[in-house]
Amino acid sequence: MSDLRELYQEVILDHGKNPRNFGPLPEANREAHGHNPLCGDKIALHVVLDGDLVQDVKFEGAGCAISMASASLMTTILKGKTEAEARALFEQFHDLLTSNEEASLDQLEALDKLAVFSGVRDYPLRVKCATLGWHTLNAALDETGETVVTE
Amino acid sequence: MSSAASINTPSFDIEAIRKDFPILAETMPGGKKLTFLDSAASAQKPQAVIDAMANVYGHEYANIHRGVYYLSQIATDHFEAARRKVQGFLGAAHDREIIFTRNATEAINLVAASWGRANLKEGDQVILSEMEHHANIVPWQLLREQTGIELVVAPIDDDGALIWEEFENCFTDRTKLVAMTHVSNALGTVTPIADIIRTAHDHGTLVLVDGSQAVPHIDVDVVALDADFYVFTGHKLYGPSGIGVLYGKEALLEAMPPYQGGGEMIATVTFEKTTYAELPHKFEAGTPNIVGAIGLGAAIDYLATIDRAAADAHEQALLAYTNEQLAGLNSVRIYGTAPQKVGLVSFAIDGAHPHDVGTILDHEGIAVRAGHHCAQPVMDRFGVPATTRASFGLHSDYDDVDTLVSGIKLVQEIFG
Ligand SMILES: Cc1ncc(COP(=O)(O)O)c(C=O)c1O
Repeated sequence: MSDLRELYQEVILDHGKNPRNFGPLPEANREAHGHNPLCGDKIALHVVLDGDLVQDVKFEGAGCAISMASASLMTTILKGKTEAEARALFEQFHDLLTSNEEASLDQLEALDKLAVFSGVRDYPLRVKCATLGWHTLNAALDETGETVVTE
Repeated sequence: MSSAASINTPSFDIEAIRKDFPILAETMPGGKKLTFLDSAASAQKPQAVIDAMANVYGHEYANIHRGVYYLSQIATDHFEAARRKVQGFLGAAHDREIIFTRNATEAINLVAASWGRANLKEGDQVILSEMEHHANIVPWQLLREQTGIELVVAPIDDDGALIWEEFENCFTDRTKLVAMTHVSNALGTVTPIADIIRTAHDHGTLVLVDGSQAVPHIDVDVVALDADFYVFTGHKLYGPSGIGVLYGKEALLEAMPPYQGGGEMIATVTFEKTTYAELPHKFEAGTPNIVGAIGLGAAIDYLATIDRAAADAHEQALLAYTNEQLAGLNSVRIYGTAPQKVGLVSFAIDGAHPHDVGTILDHEGIAVRAGHHCAQPVMDRFGVPATTRASFGLHSDYDDVDTLVSGIKLVQEIFG
């Protein structure tokens, strides 16, 4: 039960249940869709990109607590970041979820509130849930126009 | 009540059966005992099957139907004996009506590609039910792309039972085939397959039955049913993966063109013309899953040692117990409440996504399926993206259900 609580931390449960920045964003100039066929998670991501700067970001969709909470926390942390910063953050986040080593304090600090997802590392099957929102963000920034499918 | 002892009967000893499955003694990460409730996805294997396969590899293995030497002869004998075991198991009239395939999926694809392309043309109709596994949907869609046939879907009601009047209304003078599951893998519904076949035959229509989920639970007699095609997959019947079965009436199989070409399925080959082997080899191109077939035969032998009526009574009692326990928990909804069901419960817990449910149950050593169960139309019918499914095998007992119920309570505690 203790490591279950590490996975399902209060912050994750809260964001899973009451996702922030949830809804349409008519002014968005970047959009992408993400889909995790294994558990049926689906999200649509709307981004207002002003030059290099993420001005606003919202998402819609349905899925497991991990995918919803991750997308929600992502939206809260992205505003005001540059495109490059956003991509770099995803890389660090991805490392947190997949690296064999415990994250250092510096790394955790850089990840700020995203660090609550560190427990996902012990559940490799759930990594794609935690990264669905971020993969979709990359697609929105790349303007691929394709639905991202995490397998 | 939570003890397994209460259901022991002389004819069906659940404790003895549990000992036949070595994996049940495994400990899961975190020290939890394994609670295996995913037999509908793939059954665990009894020691008898594991031993039979190891024995072939260790002592009796060679390619079949080819060598003139001793080992090839006994491997061939065992392989063909397995076919006769399947014949007996299904009540088929001839062993040449039993075609070994990789799985149920390949058996259905075989019929769609061979019988379908030879017999169906644009505008002909195939009736499916709304609760088919993707394996009994997609092959017909591929055939539709190639030939222009139409697919007609017979709907199910809120309990997940076939709506009989609607099914009858699906027939037209262009109906050529009914392809229907015997038991739904997502809902557990047992379809009235004998009535379905009789009705289809009254309309001059053939029937393919997907028995993948039925054969582990229900005695099947293809002759009594008068099924035209009946398919199942070995790994759900306590046999190995990679082996499946197509039963077809001899006259139908005789008239069908081969599915794949290669060795094993030919009589003579020249570059001008090839003549095909007799049934069943015509449909078994290439080296088959020799040991898989023998393992499936061993699984059928194993099942014969168990009093199936007692096993069925145990399974139904366990199902009733599970329904009762889940009904006692707040905000757990069961999908699939048809009167005739096998031991399988698809459910949703309010406020918890099935994927999260699966992770938490896994943490308690409980193996269940979380997802769409390769039956997305069923999920759409009930308006859910996915469900959690607990399914029983021969070895399932009251402790398994009690552990599941505690696991669900833990989910509710975390997501409450
Ligand atoms: C009803 C039904 N049909 C067909 C299949 C396909 O079985 P296989 O994947 O072994 O071909 C399954 C199993 O998943 C099933 O439950």
